[in-house]
Amino acid sequence: MKIVKTGMAGTMESSDINITIEKNQESGIKIYLTSSVEKQFGDQIRKVILETLEQMKVNDVVVRAVDRGALDCTIRARVQSAAMRGAMSENQIDWGLF
Amino acid sequence: MKNSIGREIPENILGYREVHKYSSPFDKKPLGRRASPPLKQVKPDDSKLLSNIEEAIKKVGLKDGMTISFHHHFRSGDYILNMVIDTIGRMGIKNITIAPSSLSNIHEPLIKHIENGVITGIHTSGVRGELANEISKGLMEKPIVIRSHGGRARAIEAGEIKIDVAFLGVPSCDEYGNAKGKGQKSMCGSLGYAIVDAKYADAVVAITDDLVPYPNIPASIDQTSVDYVVEVDCLGDSNRIASGATRFTKNPKELLIAEYASRVIINSQYFKNGFSFQTGSGGSSLAVTRFLKKEMNLRNYRARFALGGITKPMVEMYEEGLIENLIDVQSFDLVAAESISKNSNHYEIDASQYANPHNRGCFANQLDVVVLSALEIDKDFNVNVITGSDGMIRGASGGHSDTAASAKLSIIVAPLVRGRIPTVVDRVNTVITPGETIDVLVTDRGIAVNPRRKDILESIKDKGLPIVSIETLKESAEKIVGKPKSIEYEDRTVAVVEYRDGSIEDVIKQIK
Repeated sequence: MKIVKTGMAGTMESSDINITIEKNQESGIKIYLTSSVEKQFGDQIRKVILETLEQMKVNDVVVRAVDRGALDCTIRARVQSAAMRGAMSENQIDWGLF
Repeated sequence: MKNSIGREIPENILGYREVHKYSSPFDKKPLGRRASPPLKQVKPDDSKLLSNIEEAIKKVGLKDGMTISFHHHFRSGDYILNMVIDTIGRMGIKNITIAPSSLSNIHEPLIKHIENGVITGIHTSGVRGELANEISKGLMEKPIVIRSHGGRARAIEAGEIKIDVAFLGVPSCDEYGNAKGKGQKSMCGSLGYAIVDAKYADAVVAITDDLVPYPNIPASIDQTSVDYVVEVDCLGDSNRIASGATRFTKNPKELLIAEYASRVIINSQYFKNGFSFQTGSGGSSLAVTRFLKKEMNLRNYRARFALGGITKPMVEMYEEGLIENLIDVQSFDLVAAESISKNSNHYEIDASQYANPHNRGCFANQLDVVVLSALEIDKDFNVNVITGSDGMIRGASGGHSDTAASAKLSIIVAPLVRGRIPTVVDRVNTVITPGETIDVLVTDRGIAVNPRRKDILESIKDKGLPIVSIETLKESAEKIVGKPKSIEYEDRTVAVVEYRDGSIEDVIKQIK
């Protein structure tokens, strides 16, 4: 999936995560995370974001995530939405990806 | 060296007295006699009224190295503590230990006084906000000492906290020191924590924003224990001293927990005509009273007394004749603060009467049921209400361990998870209340009974309640949120957690 513009999903509410995905000028996936549960779950949140992007075959992006204690399922859903919006394919969802 | 609840306690703690390890709730016996303030003379023509705080600090002879105390009845609306410490700092006095009954968000300015060496020691029930964060990160050289309300009263009476000067904000006072919890400008209801300080401090300064004609009686703090009186413009922000009225929660999760908890109580052997109870001020805890009320009306039961932080729902039950006496160490809202001067069987008690384990019997000892909250509870039922899941100090010990140890039935109400933070865990970050004093845990996903209390399990089983083991609760929490990484700490101790009897339950380490 190719990111063509900045895609955003999620809110700043507690138990949610706000995800912004944009093109990375360099290659690779870069994640900037701030989280209210960084100490306990920071690594896990990064892992879920990365795995979700890999599953969707999204490469070379910068992800900015502001987490307020979202569960893994929420993180996955927000990353998927943000990526599809960034790929301008939110109306042609390829369910096979999930 | 580990104590009986598996907590590593250092042999020696910098700036702390001899270390006694916690072993069991009533194991440590008191020795010696009560501390006492010096004799004093006030002659018929002497005046106690001084023009400002600086003059009071000079008159009482406050010097480097002394201990001063405050009460927290004004909660996050308190101006007194900052006002006094600012003055002390300006006067160049250093190395002061403060022993407030608790600290809140408004006391953030203490950070600069700690950095400047004005304050070097803290004894308190709790700390919040930025001050708590800084202490967790190692702001102070000497660890702070956390005590329960009963434990603080005990430590003062035992002379373990020797208060040189108590600076007590009081909503109304006459020039001779008779003080009450209600005045023209501010109101806090019970002055229960301050009364202990007034009885035992070497010098007592009453600070008021409502100076009234003599005699201001009946007084909570009376003239015989007050050295000086100072009038100031404003004691605090009355909106933050006591909120209008504690509201009932509409949160369905909290209501479910409250309903379960009330059914545990109703089915227990302690629910009978003339029983007694205490509830905390948290959402679920408060809502328990609503469910109890219904059942009490149905069975025509009356509670002989309700204890503790008194709230609006309790006052309503009193006024409806469902509670005969309100025993009040701290009024939690304006309704309760009003009630204490209006309702004849709403009594003010001091913190020693409330929960001191080393006097000749505190009110908590007579409690049937207490409902308490928790930040974390572990598989041994140990409860943490002081540190967050990130290991930072953010709460208060309060009367938690006092009432849990004293009441016949102690119930913890808590959601299984808060956002991504599990409440039921393998091992709590800090123990405030030992698991052996907790009987039942009620969550939205099930109820766990402490295996020590087979009698309670017997009386609540087969009543349609979702009873499970605490291990099961812990696993369901983990299934939802995942397994949190353990918090990393430095070696240095930033806080000592004393049990109510003065033994050490736990220590809080500096955060990495």
